[in-house]
Amino acid sequence: MSSLPWLTTIGVIPLIGALILLALPKESTELAKKIALGVSLLPLLLVIGMALNFDANSESEFQFVQSYEWIPTFGISFSVGVDGISLILIALSVILVPLVILAGWNDADDAMGSVKGYFALLLILETFMIGVFAATDVFLFYVFFEAMLIPVYFLIGRYGGPGRQYAAVKFLLYSLVGGLLMLAALIGLYVVSAQELGTGTFDFTTLTNLNIDPGTQKLLFLGFFIAFAIKAPLVPFHTWLPDAASASTPGTAVLLVGVLDKVGTFGMIKLCLPIFPAASEFYAPAIIVLCVVGIIYGALLAIGQTDLKRLIAYTSISHFGFIGLGIFAMTTQAQSGSTFYMLNHGFSTGALFLIAGFLMTRRGSRLIADFGGVYRVAPVLAGLFLIAGLSSLSLPGMSSFISEFLVLVGTFEKYTVAAVIATFGIVFAALYILLMYQRTMTGPLKDGCEKITDVKGREALAIIPMLVLIVALGVYPKPVLDVVNPAVERIMIQTGQRDPEPTVKPLGETQATERVQEAVEAIEGGAR
Amino acid sequence: MSTTHYLVLSAILFSLGVLGVLVRRNAIIVFMCVEMMLNASNLAFVAFAQQNGNLNGQTIAFFVMVVAAAEVVVGLAIIMTIYRTRRSASVDEPNLLKY
Amino acid sequence: MNISSTLASVVASGQIEASNIDPSVNAPAVATGAFSFMWLLIALPLLGAAILLIFGKRTDKWGPYLAIAMSCGAFIVGAVMYLTMLGLPANDRPVNLHIWDWVIVGDFQAPIGMQLDQLSIIFVLLITFVGSLIHIYSLGYMKHDPEKRKFFAYLNLFVAAMLLLVTADSYLLLYVGWEGVGLASYLLIGFWQYKPSAAVAAKKAFVVNRVGDVGLSIAIMLMFVTFGSVTFSGVLEDPAAANESTLTWIGLALLLAACGKSAQFPLQSWLLDAMEGPTPVSALIHAATMVTAGVYLIVRSAPIFDAAPDARTAVMVIGAITLIFGAIIGCAKDDIKKALAGSTMSQIGYMILAAGLGPVGYVFAIFHLVTHGFFKANMFLGAGSIMHGMNDQLDMRRFGALRKVMVITFITFSCGWLAIMGVPPFAGFYSKDKIIEAAFGVNVIVGAVALLGAGITAFYMTRLWTMTFTGKSRWTDDNKHPHESSAVMWIPMAILAFLSVVAGFMLAGAIETWLAPVTGFEETELAVSSLVMECASLALVVLGATIAYLQYRRDVPLVAPQHVSPLTVAARQDLYGDAFNEEVFMRPGQWLTRSMVFFDNRGIDALVNGIAASLGGLSGRMRRIQTGFARSYALSMLAGAVIVVATLILVRM
Repeated sequence: MSSLPWLTTIGVIPLIGALILLALPKESTELAKKIALGVSLLPLLLVIGMALNFDANSESEFQFVQSYEWIPTFGISFSVGVDGISLILIALSVILVPLVILAGWNDADDAMGSVKGYFALLLILETFMIGVFAATDVFLFYVFFEAMLIPVYFLIGRYGGPGRQYAAVKFLLYSLVGGLLMLAALIGLYVVSAQELGTGTFDFTTLTNLNIDPGTQKLLFLGFFIAFAIKAPLVPFHTWLPDAASASTPGTAVLLVGVLDKVGTFGMIKLCLPIFPAASEFYAPAIIVLCVVGIIYGALLAIGQTDLKRLIAYTSISHFGFIGLGIFAMTTQAQSGSTFYMLNHGFSTGALFLIAGFLMTRRGSRLIADFGGVYRVAPVLAGLFLIAGLSSLSLPGMSSFISEFLVLVGTFEKYTVAAVIATFGIVFAALYILLMYQRTMTGPLKDGCEKITDVKGREALAIIPMLVLIVALGVYPKPVLDVVNPAVERIMIQTGQRDPEPTVKPLGETQATERVQEAVEAIEGGAR
Repeated sequence: MSTTHYLVLSAILFSLGVLGVLVRRNAIIVFMCVEMMLNASNLAFVAFAQQNGNLNGQTIAFFVMVVAAAEVVVGLAIIMTIYRTRRSASVDEPNLLKY
Repeated sequence: MNISSTLASVVASGQIEASNIDPSVNAPAVATGAFSFMWLLIALPLLGAAILLIFGKRTDKWGPYLAIAMSCGAFIVGAVMYLTMLGLPANDRPVNLHIWDWVIVGDFQAPIGMQLDQLSIIFVLLITFVGSLIHIYSLGYMKHDPEKRKFFAYLNLFVAAMLLLVTADSYLLLYVGWEGVGLASYLLIGFWQYKPSAAVAAKKAFVVNRVGDVGLSIAIMLMFVTFGSVTFSGVLEDPAAANESTLTWIGLALLLAACGKSAQFPLQSWLLDAMEGPTPVSALIHAATMVTAGVYLIVRSAPIFDAAPDARTAVMVIGAITLIFGAIIGCAKDDIKKALAGSTMSQIGYMILAAGLGPVGYVFAIFHLVTHGFFKANMFLGAGSIMHGMNDQLDMRRFGALRKVMVITFITFSCGWLAIMGVPPFAGFYSKDKIIEAAFGVNVIVGAVALLGAGITAFYMTRLWTMTFTGKSRWTDDNKHPHESSAVMWIPMAILAFLSVVAGFMLAGAIETWLAPVTGFEETELAVSSLVMECASLALVVLGATIAYLQYRRDVPLVAPQHVSPLTVAARQDLYGDAFNEEVFMRPGQWLTRSMVFFDNRGIDALVNGIAASLGGLSGRMRRIQTGFARSYALSMLAGAVIVVATLILVRM
C-alpha cells in the first residue's frame, strides 16, 4: 500500500474528471452533475485510506513522499508529501468539494457559463487545492498557489451573481499583488540558498535548515507574509473577500473562504515560521496586534452588514484573526488550536454559506431585511442554520469551541492582553450570529417569505455531514488533535520556541526539589 | 578603401533613410526609405565582415535581405489595401491606431 | 562515604518519595460500582433531547412522555448515587469517572470526566427532581402548544447540560455545561419565536451571558497559566501556592462569569426579559437551577476565594447590591412573573453574598439555593397555573380574589410565600436567617443590608400575594371564569409546596456536616445570640408584610398610578439597568458598527479602489501619446535609439 502514489493519484483524479466533463456534450447537464459528484467522491475515499495509513508519530516530517525532478537547473522538483497539518487541510478540501457539488446542484443552471464548465472548474480547483497543500517544494507550492486563481476567477466571473465582474477582477488583482511579492521573495530565497549551499534549492526541508541572516529573513518574510495575509485575509488586506464571497455562488464561496483562504494561514504556519524563525519572532507582536484588530473589526463589521453573504464573509475575517493570532502566538496550544480552527472554520462557515445560499435562492434576495419569520415555513432549515451559527460563535460542545479556546489559552500564555481583548470577540460573535438568526428566522412571517420551502433530501445531505462532523469533533477531537500535535511540535522545534512553564509547579515536584536541596545542604554541612 | 569609408557611406544612407521616413508622407516612399536604412546596415555588416575576415557579417546581411523581402511583401500588401479603401497612400491619414 | 553518591541516593529517594506523595488527601477516588454508571445522568436526558429533535414530527405523540421518562430516569440514577454515597465515609465520598480524553495539546490536558461529591450530588438531586416535576407540569401547561415536542426536547437538553455543569471534573468541561444551559435557556426563552419580544429577549440573555463567559474563559486561561491544569483537582488542590494577585484576578473573573449566569449586578438585565419564555421554563431555568450556577461556581472554587480575600469581598459586595437591587425591582412590578424574577435576582443575591462570606457562608449559600429552588419553583408554577386559568393574563392589577376560585394554587403559593419571607418553620427561615447571621459575623453593614433585604422581601411578596389572591376581583372581560388547573399541574406544585414547608427543617444542621468536607465550614460567632437576630429579622418581615397587606388589600387601580415617587419610577424601569445598557453600550455600539462599516467601505476599500482608479486615470493620460501619426512614432523611436546609442558612447568614454 505504501508504494501507491497516494497524493498524485488523489490530485489527478479530479483533473481527469474535469477533462471528462469538458468532453461531454453541452446539453447533458444532469449527467455532468452526476459525474462530477462521483468523481469528487473518489479523492474523499482515497484520503480516508491515506489517513488510516498515516502515522502521526512518524520520525520523518513528511509522509507519502514522492519526488521527481522537474527543472533541475534551478533545483525545482515535483515533490509532494503530507504532515499532520496538510493532511487535515487536504481532508477538508476533499470533504467540502462533494458537499458543495451536492448543495450547488442547480446553481449553474441559469448562469452565463455552461453547467459542465462550472463543475469542471470546481474539480480543477480541487486538484490545485490538493496540490498546494501537498507540495513540499516551495516553487511547486507557488505554482499551485497562483494556479488556483484561474478556476476561481472564472467561477466568480462567469457563474456569480450581480457584481461578479468587479468582484472577480478585484479578487484576481489582490491575489496577483500578493503572488508577485511572494515570487520576489521566492527568488530571493533561492539566491540565499544558493549562496549558502552552493547550489540553489526550493526543497522545503532543506530551506528550513538554512541559517539565513536575520536581516535578509525579515525582508523575505514580508514577501511571503503579505501574500498570505492577502489570501487569508487579515485586516487591512481583506476588502476583496466580502465582494468575492457575496458575488459568487454559495458553493464557490464555500471553497473560497473554506479552503482557498486557508492556503494563506497554512502558508504562514508551514512556510513563514519554519523557514524564517527569527523574522517570525521579530514580527510576531505586530502581527498579533493586526490579528486582534482583525478579530474585533471583522466582528463589528459583521454586525453592521445588511447582506447575508457579506455578513458571513466578515465573520470569517474575524475568525481568520483568531487563526493568525494562534499561529503567531507560537505556543503548542495556540498553533494546534489554529490548525484545528482551519478545519472547523471550513465546516461551520461552509454550512452557513450553503444555508444562506438556500435561503437566497428561495427568496431571491440577499438582504437580511427581506427575511423574517422563516422558521415558521421552514423549521428544519432554521434549525440547521442555528446549529451552523452556533458553531460559528464557538459554542462549547462544538469543535470550533475547542479550537478557539486553544488559540486563546495558547495566546494567553505569552500575550495576555491580546488574549483578553480577543476573548471579548466571543461576545461580538454571539451578537452577529444571533442578530442574523433573529432577523431572518424569528418574528412574524415577512411578505415574500411565504413560499420558502424547507430543505429537501439533497440539500440536507449536503449540510448534515458538516454539522455532524462539527459536533462529533467537538465531543471527541482526539483523531484530529493526535495528527496535528506532532506536526505543531515539530514547528515549535523548527522555530526554536517553547511553551512557558506554569507559574506554580505541581506539588510533588516542588517538594522533591526542596528535599534534595535540604539534603545537599546537610551533606555540605557535614563535609565541612 | 578602409572600412571607415564604407561606414561613413552607410551612416549617410541610414540618415537619409531616417529623414525620409520622418518627413515624407507617401507610404511608398516611406517604405523605400525603410529599405534604404536596411541596406545601409547591410553595407555596414558587409564592411565589418571584410575587415574581420570572416563570413558572419555577410550571413547576417543575407538574413536582413530575407527579412526585408518578407517585409516588402507584407508591407506592400498593407499599403495596397489602405490605398484601395482610402484612395490615398499618405501615412498620416490612417490614424485608426490612435488611443 | 562519597558525597556525590550520597547525593545521588538522596536525590533518587527524594524522587521516589515525591512520587509516592498522595497529590491530595481529598482527591476523588476512581469511580467504581454504582458510580461507574454516573454517565447515565447526562446520557439519559441528552439521548431524550437527541431523539426528539432528530426524529422530529414522528415523535410528536410519545415524545413528551419519553422526555419525562428520561428526566425521571436521571433522577433515579442520581438518587442511587446519593444513597451509595451515604453509605461511604465522608472522605471517600468524592468519586471521579474518567470517560475519555478530550482536549490534549502539549501540557493542556482536559479529559471528559465526571466528578461526583457532596456538593455536586445536592445539585444533581435538585436538578433532576425539580426538573422532573416541571417536565410533568409542562405536560399540562403546554398541552395545546403545537410545538410541544420541541419544548420537551429543549427541557431535556437543559437538564443534560445542567447536570454536565455540576458534575464536570474540570473547568473546561464545566464551561461546556455552562454554555449548554445558556443555549437551552436561549432556545426556551425564545420558544415562541413568532413573538419578536421573545426572540429579542432570548438573544439578549445569550449575549449578556456571553459577557459573563468572557470571565469564565479568562479565569480558565489564568488557571492554566498559573497551575498548568484546568481540572478541579489540579487547580483547587493548593491554590495558595500561587501569588495572591493572580488568585484575585481569577476570583474576579469567576465572579464576572457568575454575574452573567446568575443575573447579578451589573449583568442582571437579561433575567427580567427572560420571562418572555413559557412559565415552566421560568420556574426551572430562571428560578430553581440555571441561575444558581453562579453560586455553584463560586462555592466550587472556594479554595481560590479562600486564598484571595479581596475577590471574596467583591463577591460579597456584588451579592449585597443585587439583593437590594432585585428586591426594589420586585416591589414595583405589576407583571407577576417579573415581580418573581426580581425576587429571584434578590434571593440569588443572598446566595452570592453568603458565598462571599467564606467558610462561614458557603454551606448556607447552598442551603438557601436548595430551599429557594423549591419555593421559587413552586411560586413560578403557581404563577403559571394562574396564567393558565386567566387566559395568559400577567398583570396583577387584573387579578384579585383568586383565593376562592383557585384553592390549590392559593395554598401551594402561600406555602412558597411564607417560605420566602422566612417565617418559621418554613424553609426560608432556616436558610435565610443563617445567611443574615453569618453576614453580621463578617461585616455589620453587609449584615444590615441582608436584614433590610428580608424586610423588603416580605413587602414585595406580600404585595404580590395580596394583589393576586385577596381583595376584590379585577378580572378583565375576556377571562371572567378563572379555574383551577388540572391535576397534572397541581400535583407538582403540591410536592414543591410540601418541600417549601419541610425542606429547611429537614436539612438544617445536616447540610453543614454533609458539605463541610468539600467547602469547609466554620460556625459564625456573634456578639448577640442568634435568637435576637431571628427576632429582629422576623420583626422586619412582619412589618414589611403588614405594610404591604394594608396597602394592597383594598382597591388597587387597574392602571398603575403615574404620580409616584422617583424610586418607584426607577424601580419600574428596572432601576435603569436597560437604559444604562442602551446609553452606554447599545447606542455607541450601533454608532461604532455603522461608522466601521462606513470606514471599511469609504476608507479601506476606497483606498484600494482609489489606487486602482488612479492607475486607470494615469494610463488614460498616458495613452494620449498614441496620436496615430505613424511618423511621430518613428520620431520617438529614433529619439529612443539616439538616447541608447548616446548612453552607450558616454559610458564607454
